[in-house]
Amino acid sequence: MSSSVRQTKCRILQHECDGNFRRLVFEAPEIAALARPGQFVHLLCGGTHDPLLRRPLSIYRAEADQVAVLYEIRGRGTALLAEKKPGDLVDVIGPLGTGFTLPDSPTQQIVLVGGGIGAPPLSFLASTIAKSFGCERLTTMIGAQTAEKHICADEFRGLSVDDNACLLATDDGSCGHSGLVTDILRERLKSESLISPMIYACGPTPMLKAVALIAKEYHLKCQVSLEAKMACGVGACMGCVIKVHNGGGCKYVRVCHEGPVFDAEEVVWDE
Amino acid sequence: MNRLTTDICGIQMKNPVMVASGTFGFGKEYAELIDLNLLGAIVTKGTSLVQWDGNPPERICETPAGMLNAIGLQNDGVDSLINDKIPWLQSAAADTPVIVNVVGKTLDEYAEVARRLDGVPGVAGLEINISCPNVKHGGIAFGTDPSMCAEVVRAVRKATSLPLIPKLSPNVTDITAMARICVDCGADALSLINTLLGTAIDIKTRKFRLANITGGLSGPAVKPVALRMVWQVASAVDVPVIGMGGIMNADDALEFLLAGASAVQVGTANFVNPQSAIEIAQGIDDYLVTCGVEHVDEIIGTVQS
Repeated sequence: MSSSVRQTKCRILQHECDGNFRRLVFEAPEIAALARPGQFVHLLCGGTHDPLLRRPLSIYRAEADQVAVLYEIRGRGTALLAEKKPGDLVDVIGPLGTGFTLPDSPTQQIVLVGGGIGAPPLSFLASTIAKSFGCERLTTMIGAQTAEKHICADEFRGLSVDDNACLLATDDGSCGHSGLVTDILRERLKSESLISPMIYACGPTPMLKAVALIAKEYHLKCQVSLEAKMACGVGACMGCVIKVHNGGGCKYVRVCHEGPVFDAEEVVWDE
Repeated sequence: MNRLTTDICGIQMKNPVMVASGTFGFGKEYAELIDLNLLGAIVTKGTSLVQWDGNPPERICETPAGMLNAIGLQNDGVDSLINDKIPWLQSAAADTPVIVNVVGKTLDEYAEVARRLDGVPGVAGLEINISCPNVKHGGIAFGTDPSMCAEVVRAVRKATSLPLIPKLSPNVTDITAMARICVDCGADALSLINTLLGTAIDIKTRKFRLANITGGLSGPAVKPVALRMVWQVASAVDVPVIGMGGIMNADDALEFLLAGASAVQVGTANFVNPQSAIEIAQGIDDYLVTCGVEHVDEIIGTVQS
């Protein structure tokens, strides 16, 4: 549960374009101080009646008095957001949601598995882990459609102790392993170059489901960050639910409040 | 003096701007973002006799100037409301009346929830949800069939002495007929409108966007329909009307007051800006000052044809 949340009109400090991706940095000292990896901010993109609702974006960096998000233009909301310029104000609610739980022990191996636009929150998590525990036991595995769509690769490389600690995959083979990022995870576990790691994953649902299955097979703890369409973002409307196991049955819980990060074994994947 | 004080069938409010059921949880969800004590009243999420699971996702979908929802009234049941949520609201929002939105699958369930809430400290009134379009049993079935509507209002009336506010569905041919039935059966005030039944299709996947197929449309898109219905009902009955449907700002709210609403509810706007209800109350006050009107009561229903 988020300990605290703010709504503020934040001044945009940087808004950079990289193909279809945008890196937005805004001034938000209170949100930056509260933000934890895996949490998100809820942004008013246009202030128009159409599109109407805010857009939830995971936090990519929260340092000093600044918060950054990395997003892809997917529809009219993000297209409106992309029009904002440095100096403009953006109405932000955050930080929201329950983020990643950091490992208990600095001696545990840690694997981050990311796909596409799921990389930014893992980049925030990687830098937080590096500050607390160092990089020695951190391995990152990131997949994307093409080399150009690897949006945080340099940061992950910078936090890896050697070439084996940062592994990339692309669907078209233009960079790293040609195929799925989960192929790499499975191979590393099979060859025992990773032993009982804690897994953190963020990316498309099919990737998360595959990671969850591997984690179950190897009896590994695994946290996944899920995406959902949201209205309120604060737990009021019950619009963004997913199904989780509950004793012998199931129940619906809110991605914006109980999530977006869940234990992989808690999630009902078969739908 | 306070120009905004409002009395809806004995429920004393500091201003006529309430937050609508289903858009504000049980208040706690917004407590860190706004001062709950500045709200006219809080209408809780629909509450049933026992816990309800709600519908499978996808539950929401943005549409032009609005959204569809098919939540399916997921809630923890009336015991959790009485034991946890109402006591929390009493301590955190002591200055704001709480109206509980009551839902049921059967007449007996509606009546039993009402009976349990009768005399519970911190409950100022009951809004009877006979208009939810997203549940298979109850909800809209009670609000679109005149004889069932009469039965549920009578049953709840017998079960409680609390102020009774049926919430009407716009998915009827003549909303004034349903309004009159509710008043004849003991309603103290009326809330309208609930959402309009709609749907949306994803042309890429050729699937409905909502798992429930249909959902309730809310937001600015429905405002002209809501405003017309509020005007019709306010002209047809003698009890106070609480108007809602797409209110995003003070100008929208003032239109409803001029059409005959004694108070308004802000719903979908809470998702866009949690400060909406408070800003709307302030905006109404500013309008009254500008127009030289001493009290909000003086403008209610004063629209001229």
